[in-house]
Amino acid sequence: MILTRVALGIGLLFVVSLVIFWATELLPGDLASQLLGQSATPETLAALREQLGLNDPAPVRYWNWLSGALTGDFGVSLATNRPIADLIGARLGNTVFLALYAAALSVPIALTLGILSALWRNSIFDRAANAGALGAISLPEFFVAYILVLWLAQTGLFPSMVRINPTTTMGERLYMTFLPALTLTLVVTAHMMRMTRAAIINLMASPYIEMARLKGLSPLRIVLRHALPNALAPIINVVALNLAYLITGVVVVEVVFVYPGLGQLMVDAVSNRDIAVVQAVALIFATAYVGLNLIADVLSTLSNPRLMHRR
Amino acid sequence: MKYPKLPAMANRGVSRRGVLQGAAALGAAGLILPHGVTSARAQTRGGTFRIGLGHGSTTDSLDPGLWDNLYVQTFAAARHNQLIEVGADGQLVPEMATSWESADGVTWVFGIREGVTFHSGRTVTVDDVIASINHHRGEEATSAIKTLLSAISDVRADGQNLVITLEAANADLPYLMTDYHIPIMPATDGRIDPASTDGVGPYIVESYEPGVQASLTRNPNYWKENRAWFDRVEILSILDPAARLNALITGEVHLIDQVDPATIGMLEGRGVARILSIPANAHYVFPMDARAAPFSDNNVRLALKYALDRQAMVDTILGGHGAVSNDNPIGPANRYFFADMEQKGYDPDRARFHLREAGLESLDVTLKAADAAFSGAVDAASMFSENARAAGINITVDRVPNDGYWDNVWMKEPFVASYWGGRAVEDHMFTTAYATGADWNDSFWSNERFDELLLAARSEVNEDLRREMYHEMQQIVSFEGSVVIPMYNNFVMAVANGVGTPEQIGSNWNLDGFRCVERWWMA
Repeated sequence: MILTRVALGIGLLFVVSLVIFWATELLPGDLASQLLGQSATPETLAALREQLGLNDPAPVRYWNWLSGALTGDFGVSLATNRPIADLIGARLGNTVFLALYAAALSVPIALTLGILSALWRNSIFDRAANAGALGAISLPEFFVAYILVLWLAQTGLFPSMVRINPTTTMGERLYMTFLPALTLTLVVTAHMMRMTRAAIINLMASPYIEMARLKGLSPLRIVLRHALPNALAPIINVVALNLAYLITGVVVVEVVFVYPGLGQLMVDAVSNRDIAVVQAVALIFATAYVGLNLIADVLSTLSNPRLMHRR
Repeated sequence: MKYPKLPAMANRGVSRRGVLQGAAALGAAGLILPHGVTSARAQTRGGTFRIGLGHGSTTDSLDPGLWDNLYVQTFAAARHNQLIEVGADGQLVPEMATSWESADGVTWVFGIREGVTFHSGRTVTVDDVIASINHHRGEEATSAIKTLLSAISDVRADGQNLVITLEAANADLPYLMTDYHIPIMPATDGRIDPASTDGVGPYIVESYEPGVQASLTRNPNYWKENRAWFDRVEILSILDPAARLNALITGEVHLIDQVDPATIGMLEGRGVARILSIPANAHYVFPMDARAAPFSDNNVRLALKYALDRQAMVDTILGGHGAVSNDNPIGPANRYFFADMEQKGYDPDRARFHLREAGLESLDVTLKAADAAFSGAVDAASMFSENARAAGINITVDRVPNDGYWDNVWMKEPFVASYWGGRAVEDHMFTTAYATGADWNDSFWSNERFDELLLAARSEVNEDLRREMYHEMQQIVSFEGSVVIPMYNNFVMAVANGVGTPEQIGSNWNLDGFRCVERWWMA
């Protein structure tokens, strides 16, 4: 069962790699003309193209790239001649750090709010939590970020931009990245909270919950002990989806807080036609999505043993 | 022909600045300056100077031939020196070259400064200089200035002198050598390592992450005594305009570029920073393809030149931080700027007249624009379209993507928006974009008289004759050229109040000619 899922995931990644390669071929212009920009002349363009190996046919370039990527060697950036692994390494670390930071803030908040609002359905607390979360998700990320900068950075409480260097300690790092993490928390909390609430409320109508209630159990115990375990599958899925989003979709927050993550690298690489970097980053993003969903599948299977056996 | 060493003092009167510059020009400023002069300007050593720029990308290269944005240019000026520096007043100041002279404008002899060391400790030799220049020459070169340097036929050493031989006389070669693409870098076996950060400049690179941050510390062996005041310099890439402004307000950085005109009032109200608005030669252009109708007819081109309100554009698009241009790529900061040329105004009747001369009642053209051309290009195109309607000219503004603009639109479509950074030398500007068949002649314009004058002026040694020739060329470009040039844009930057700046800021390039890192100080 689990092995089939893993095999499917790998097959999916292979297809994605084909799509990634094909899509970057469709971009207008090429790296050589981007590198030289307005100063390009036919002569220098030709010389640079030759140097960068842009004249090889597409299938040859695809094969060279894929075989390298499988051994962890993404080659060198066409634009800077630096190994892509170096280029991505630190930034991947930054991105994962920020994603985990935001997840550490948002998952407990979302689950707590979701459970409480299911428990006190239609109460003022439920309405306020829903309105707040939906309000936060409805505002564009950059707007939330600017509001936080206005309130929390311009008043001197937190820095308005993130400057990480090798000597930064963990404490400083948590302090400096608090605003971006908070922004992301506000953006992703509503989705997880609403899903938690809906899944639990859905179960509250089941006969076995009715039974528990008739036994005279306290509402909190009913929710935590009886409803929540059965609601885990959809919650795990939505958490995985949001984690994947936190890794792949935070370029706007990165730009506002000048955070050196993968998103900015991807944008720069696309606009400069640094195809090798675009492909590597896209592959990492795809792996993050497929991998996290795979983990979610496995976890929800484990949370519901019935799924282990075919009917 | 000997180049006068102190041109600034000949015709400008001697100011304190003049004395400083003149002293610097002698290359011995630190030795002859009384200490009082330095302290009168309250320059102090120390501090960390942080710059936040709206440029820089993870794909930025260390290769001098590929430098193209303000981030890499400023970073380069912080770690490198060149043969010759352009002073804040636009005059040449000796740097790695102590002198330069030529008898005929063809063979040039540069004396190379002795006893200067690279950050790595090695002494600079003439061979290093030769390799630094040759990096941009020859079949293999991928440099952006390959064409510019193609007029050089030979570069060789003669003792402590560098001898450059040209294919034809060029009185402006020393100015050409100030190009930011030609830093002096250490050579091994006649080649520089384009991936090295080693140089002779004011600061030594400590760490560099492209598109993020560069950290530099003061070069303790820097040969200039009254420069490089900061202990450390950090250059950050902050692409988002609001983030850049926030960084300045919250004190994260001391200097930002590209201040949005709309936010200037708010920023000044805060009282933490001041705006520096430096008039310069940089300009925005609308090139028209002169090879095909309707733009092949000069009357059509003139009609368009009279059909836009230049002052309104300066006020709206630049927020007043600029000046009206008379379709003239030579700016007020140039030596031979033709200030008294008849200024074209917004005159729909005259535009109509030129249209009729061209045998047309009305004109329909499409103007392609993207903000990649310059900030506000699409708005400027819309204003142009509105203005021109009164003259019976229908300009359809076609907004195109920023992405791939220089590949697919510029020099491909007949009527587009673009910009030029301006050049310190008239010949440089004209040769780059107006000579017949030049690689970046983006209007595909060709004028026999202009080409003749360009060649003649290049080797003319008589100042007055030269001025006359350049004035005539500006007249030709303005009234017969195929480029609408509505305005010169100022360099607009915001500086934290804690940073001291000289009375005169260089206008050859942005950020005090990229030299803010070595000319400014913590007050």
